[in-house]
Amino acid sequence: MTKVGVIGAGMTLFRRRLQETGKELCFEATKMALDSAGITRGDVDMVVCGTAPDAFDGVAMKGEYLLDGSGGFRKPYTRVFTGGGTGVFSTIAGWWHVASGLADVALVVNEEKMSSCQPHPQSVFANIWDPILDRPLKPNLVWIFAMEMNRYMSVYGVKKEDIARVAVKNKRNAVGHPCAQLADPNITVDDVLNSEVMAWPVQRLDISPPSDGASAVVLASEDFIRKRRIKDRAWVSGVGWCIDSTMWTDRDLVFPEYVARAAKHAYKMAKIDDPRRQIDFAEPYDPFDYKELHHLEGLLLADKGEAPVLTREGVTERDGKMPVCPSGGLLGVGNPIAATMGMKIGELFWQLTGQAGKRQIPHEVHTGVSQAWGDLMQYGSVVVMSA
Amino acid sequence: MTARISRWPGIELRAADLYDGKVTQTRFHPDAKYAWSAGEAMSRFLQELQNGRFIARTCHKCERILFPPRMFCEECFRPTDEWTYIHDTGTIETFSVSYLDTDAKRIAEPILVGVVSLDGASPRMGMMHYFGEMTKDDIRIGMRVKAEWKPAAERRGSVLDVRYFRPLREGER
Amino acid sequence: MTFLDRTTDARKFRHWEGNVEADYIYTSGVAGERFFVALRDDGRMLASRCPACKLDYLPPRMFCEDCFAELTEYVDVPQAGRVAAVTLAHVDRTGTKLSNPQVWAFVTFEGIRGGLVHRLLVTPKQARAGMAVRAKLKPRDARTGTIADIEGFEPVRSRF
Repeated sequence: MTKVGVIGAGMTLFRRRLQETGKELCFEATKMALDSAGITRGDVDMVVCGTAPDAFDGVAMKGEYLLDGSGGFRKPYTRVFTGGGTGVFSTIAGWWHVASGLADVALVVNEEKMSSCQPHPQSVFANIWDPILDRPLKPNLVWIFAMEMNRYMSVYGVKKEDIARVAVKNKRNAVGHPCAQLADPNITVDDVLNSEVMAWPVQRLDISPPSDGASAVVLASEDFIRKRRIKDRAWVSGVGWCIDSTMWTDRDLVFPEYVARAAKHAYKMAKIDDPRRQIDFAEPYDPFDYKELHHLEGLLLADKGEAPVLTREGVTERDGKMPVCPSGGLLGVGNPIAATMGMKIGELFWQLTGQAGKRQIPHEVHTGVSQAWGDLMQYGSVVVMSA
Repeated sequence: MTARISRWPGIELRAADLYDGKVTQTRFHPDAKYAWSAGEAMSRFLQELQNGRFIARTCHKCERILFPPRMFCEECFRPTDEWTYIHDTGTIETFSVSYLDTDAKRIAEPILVGVVSLDGASPRMGMMHYFGEMTKDDIRIGMRVKAEWKPAAERRGSVLDVRYFRPLREGER
Repeated sequence: MTFLDRTTDARKFRHWEGNVEADYIYTSGVAGERFFVALRDDGRMLASRCPACKLDYLPPRMFCEDCFAELTEYVDVPQAGRVAAVTLAHVDRTGTKLSNPQVWAFVTFEGIRGGLVHRLLVTPKQARAGMAVRAKLKPRDARTGTIADIEGFEPVRSRF
C-alpha cells in the first residue's frame, strides 16, 4: 500500500448564515487547501466530495451541484456520505484513492449550507426518523441524543456538571480558531447548566450550532511528497470505520461499540497497541458535549465511564496530558455537518505540522486521532495521523 | 497555516440581510408527498397493534426474539423463522423530558418520551414511545411500564394505537 | 422460509402516508449577487471572465472551473443570443396538462461558456433551434433579483 500524507487544508468561516453558494464555499476552502499545499488543480488526480443529506442545502444531487467548486471538473469524482461521520470518512475515501496507487494526489472537499433550510434545519431532520415506527410520534432530533445522554449518565452516575465541562473547554479552545462561530473565553459550567432546557438532559449550551461552511484537505503519495519536496505533511497511519444496527432502539446506548471497532481497525493499521500511551491528542466528534466523552471511551482513550473524570482533572485541556478538541470542536467552531472535517482532519494536520497558531498544543505531539460520528447515532469513522 | 492566513473566506449574513431581502435570493417550497410501504414485517406489526398486541420475529440460529420484527436476522443474515407475541409490559431503558416539539418550537408542558424494552423480546429490544400517568419528577430509567392502548374502535394500525406507556399498577406484573 | 411464503396480496400490506416538509431560501452567492443586482437594477446580463483561460461564464461563477482562479472581472453578455435547443412542454412541473403548450429554450451567446434555460416567447410552430433571440425583461419595478426577472426570450432580427 502506498504511504499517504495530508499536505494541505483549508476552510471557510463557520457561521449561521453565509452569503456564498455551496459551490462558492467549496471553491474558497479548496483554493486555500491547494495553495497551502503549493499545488494547483492540475496536480489533482481524483476528487472526493463529502456532504450531508441533500435536504439541508435544498439541492438534489448535491455532489453533482458542488463538483465545480470542489475542483472536480473533468476528473474522477465521487460523493460520499455517512451522515456526520462524513467529517472523517471522506478523508478515508480520499485515502483509498492514493493508498491503492490509483492517484498521486486526491482532493477531499466537504460542504454544508444549512441556512438554506427554513425556518431551521430541524424541519428536515425529522425525515431521518423511521417513517412507520418513529415519525408518527412527532419526534424532535434532539430527543435521540437526550435519551442516549441520559442512559450514559444513569449507567455511570455521571453528573451534568462534568459533562458541561466539555462544552466550556471546547468553546474556550475555539477562541484561538479564526473560523469559530461560538467561541467564548468567559463561559462557565454554570452558564451551561443554566442554559435553556431543550430536551432534558440536553440544554442549549450542550449543543453545537447549525452552520454554513466548507473545508478541504489534500492527500498525496509519499512519492509525490518527496518529489515536490513538500515539508508540511502529516502521515495517515491508520483508518477505520464501522456501523451499528439500523434499529436504534435495539442498540447499546451506553458504549459506542461501532466507534471502538473502527478505532481498533485504525490502531492495528497504525501499529498502536496502547492508544492511551501512543496517542498524544484527539479530535473526537463533539456535536454534543456528552458525545466527546462517549467517543473518548469508544476510542479507548478512557475506560468506560472514566472520560468525565479525565475532563474534570484537566487531562483533556489543551495543555493537559491528552489534549482533546484543541480546535474548539463542533461545540466551539460550529457544526456544518460534513465540513467539520476542518476541525477533525484539518486540525490534526495543522497541529502535527506546527501550524495551529494560537491553538498549538504547547508540548510536542507526534500522533493524533480524529473521529466522526454519524448516520443515526451509529456510525464511527476514525483516522490516525502522525508527524 | 492558520497562523499565516490573514483573511479567512466567508461572507457572514445577519438574519435581517436574508429576511429583509438585503441580498438577492430565490425561494422554493417543495411539495413532496410520500406513501411508505410498511413491508412484510411492519405490516403485520401494525395489524397486530390494531389488535392491541405486540408481535416479534424469532431467529432460530441466534435464538433471539427480534423486536421490532424483521423478516431477516441482520446478524445471522438469514430469514427469521416465526412470529411470536410478546408482552405489552416492559422497562424504561432511557428517556428525555422534552421542551421542544417536532419543529423545535418551545412548549411549556414537557413531553416525556423514551425507549421501552418489551418483556418477552430479547434483552434491550424495544421501541420509542411517550410516557404518561407520571411526571418528569417520577420518571426514571429501570421503571416498569405497561402500554395504555386506545379503545379498539379507535385503533388504526399505527404506533399511535398505544397512547403511551404508564407505570405498572398494583397487582400488574 | 419467509422468502418463499411471502405475501402476494398487496392489499395485506399497509402503508404510511406523509409529506416531507421543507422550505428554502437560496442566496445568490458572490457571483450570483453581481448577476442578479445588475439584472434587476440596470437590466444588464453579466458574465464573469477568466482572463487566463479566455473564457466568459454565464451564469457567472466566482471561479474558473478549469484553472481554478478566482474571477473578479465581469463583462456584458451580448444582447443577442441563439437558441441552441427547444422543447415544447405539454404539462407543468406537477404533471398537470397545460391548455397551451409552452415553448422552452436553451439560449447560448457567442464566445460564452454556458447559457440560460428560459421561456421562448413564440408560438410552438415558430420555435426552432438557431433562432436569434434576446431577453425580454419585466419592468424595473417588477424585478426582484431572480431569474424570473427575465420574462423569456423573444426573436430579434439580427445581423447573423
